[in-house]
Amino acid sequence: MQQANRLRPFFENLAFDRQDNQMVINFGPQHPSSHGQLRLILHLDGEQVIKANPDIGYLHRGMEKMAENMIYNEFLPTTDRMDYIASSSNNYGFALAVEKLLGIEDKVPRRAKIIRTMLLELNRIVSHEFWLATHALDVGAMSVFLYAFREREWALDLIEDYCGARLTHSAIRIGGVPLDLPEGWTGNLANYLDKVEKAIKNDYEALLDENRIWKMRLENVGIIDKEMARSWATSGIMLRGSGYHWDLRKEMPYEIYSELDFDIPVTDKCDSYGRYKLYMEEMRQSIRILRQLIPLYYSSDSQLMANVPQYISAPKEQIMTQNYSLMQHFVLVTQGMRPPVGEVYVATESPKGELGFYINSQGDPYPYRLKIRTPSFFHTGILQDLLPGYQLADVVTIIGSTNIVFGEVDR
Amino acid sequence: MSMREYKPKDNVQARAYYTDRFYVAPQLSKLSPNSDEIYNLDVIKLKENFEILDAYIQKDELVIYINSFDNLKILKFLRDDLTYGFLMEMSAVDFLAKRDGFEIFYEMLSQVKRKRIRVKTFLKKGLTIETVENLFRSANFAEREMFDMFGIQVNNHSFLKRIMMPDDWHGNPLLKTYPLQGDESAQWYEVDKIFGKDAREIIGPEIRDSARVDRYDTERFSRLGHEVSKGTDIYKSEPSNTAVQFQEKGGVFLIKNLNKPQKILTEKERRDR
Repeated sequence: MQQANRLRPFFENLAFDRQDNQMVINFGPQHPSSHGQLRLILHLDGEQVIKANPDIGYLHRGMEKMAENMIYNEFLPTTDRMDYIASSSNNYGFALAVEKLLGIEDKVPRRAKIIRTMLLELNRIVSHEFWLATHALDVGAMSVFLYAFREREWALDLIEDYCGARLTHSAIRIGGVPLDLPEGWTGNLANYLDKVEKAIKNDYEALLDENRIWKMRLENVGIIDKEMARSWATSGIMLRGSGYHWDLRKEMPYEIYSELDFDIPVTDKCDSYGRYKLYMEEMRQSIRILRQLIPLYYSSDSQLMANVPQYISAPKEQIMTQNYSLMQHFVLVTQGMRPPVGEVYVATESPKGELGFYINSQGDPYPYRLKIRTPSFFHTGILQDLLPGYQLADVVTIIGSTNIVFGEVDR
Repeated sequence: MSMREYKPKDNVQARAYYTDRFYVAPQLSKLSPNSDEIYNLDVIKLKENFEILDAYIQKDELVIYINSFDNLKILKFLRDDLTYGFLMEMSAVDFLAKRDGFEIFYEMLSQVKRKRIRVKTFLKKGLTIETVENLFRSANFAEREMFDMFGIQVNNHSFLKRIMMPDDWHGNPLLKTYPLQGDESAQWYEVDKIFGKDAREIIGPEIRDSARVDRYDTERFSRLGHEVSKGTDIYKSEPSNTAVQFQEKGGVFLIKNLNKPQKILTEKERRDR
């Protein structure tokens, strides 16, 4: 039945056999340091990259299409699968966008905001730990991987204690959070913060900061100048590594970030080593934020979900006792909420950069169009301008340094 | 015979099962641009130089409507003169059914002013739009995605090629006429590509029910409690008295004590366990 000639691979008419001195290679999509499903078509002259063409789409699940066919609450768990390293930040970006659309962003209770910020910052630490572990492993520093994963594991345990999931949290709802923190959680968090602070200084930085190999492989590699960073709409550490003082948490504050005291580390070194230093510093700032949040949590009310019966189901006790709440809950679950006609673009600072949700609503329970602006998408695109001129071994460093996650690139 | 359920062809996306006849969806309020100082100045400067079809502030963000042939000039003006240096995102919204065209939006950011502008334009079906890749490299990827998802041609793009879908894909997935499960060519994509169209009948449609069990298919499903040898043809008549245990000839003897008489525990024994 199978005809052999039909199984010829499809190579976009690339001439792999070339007469000149160049070689064309496929880097990925199954290469271990291609961070998921990145396929780079590299034109090499010796070991120098002449031309790079990132080919994506190997993890494309059509989330924007799925969103058009789901009610808003139904889509929220799907956002977990975008940046699966820090899924709460996706949940939050989507929830905030819908809240803006509904006009209920000010009605989210304070305790929910504090718990959300805790989760976001914990996710930032998890994401940076993961980045450090895999990046160091790519570059050849095995032991950092083990240390970083140890601390990441503890953070995942904390998140598991809170919401029961380790990777796909769905711990944030439109209008608040579903659960209060469990007994003793803040104590565990405080212990964890002490440990991770020590680990950053005594383990990661002690192993890497002055490490000769690490410095040789990262310094002056992957230089993104100011113009390239602007033109490619980079965000997050990729932007701050190029000297832009821009963090949405500070410049366009959301949640309770305007009340918190933290710094935005910036460097104008523009290279991978500078960005590595930023990751370390950002983890410290996240620790600082989390420490401030613990006393704030205890001074807040116990309400967790916004009280907007038109859009958000009432608390469980009320649903079980009040007939009208039960009816509203039934309508919201089976038919979904109907936001006003209009469009919003809401951007948040995810660990990778600016994560934006554009929602076009025509008044139906289904979004008419939902566009997800993910930072990694543009950080993958920049590779075609960034890689030429570097050696093949630097490609691995640069991919690691961009911190791309393919769930987010392909969506 | 009953009537077939009516399904509109121009939009096959999910739609509300029930909508109140008298329900009128509320609108997000649109404020005049002069309610914000910075936006007001921007709009005045833009209106001096270009034709601006509409300008309003919705949810703290300025939205301007422009002519689709002006996009390059206006984005250049926004970048160079009004400090909107970042093109964070651009894409399209399908309005083919209602207005026979697409709405294209450019999401711009000014770090100096800490403001965002959404530049929108309407593109009639079949028309093309000029690339802004030379102003913003980020449009290189974003325009490719728009081309892939909606089939909108972008003029003078350096590498306009599908980005998410395979190169030989048929159709544009984010169109409202494109079903969520994929159209016919999507459903047969692998079969057509590997075995050829003739093999469609032999292979059959993809089974998406992960819990499906065919009790007559002894090749792929075991019949727990009613087992027969693998591949036995029982399509015509199902054996009536199959053994509860089945031991394949020469097979590995897996369950040793299945036949061990089950002992019924007394109340005391159960408590002691």
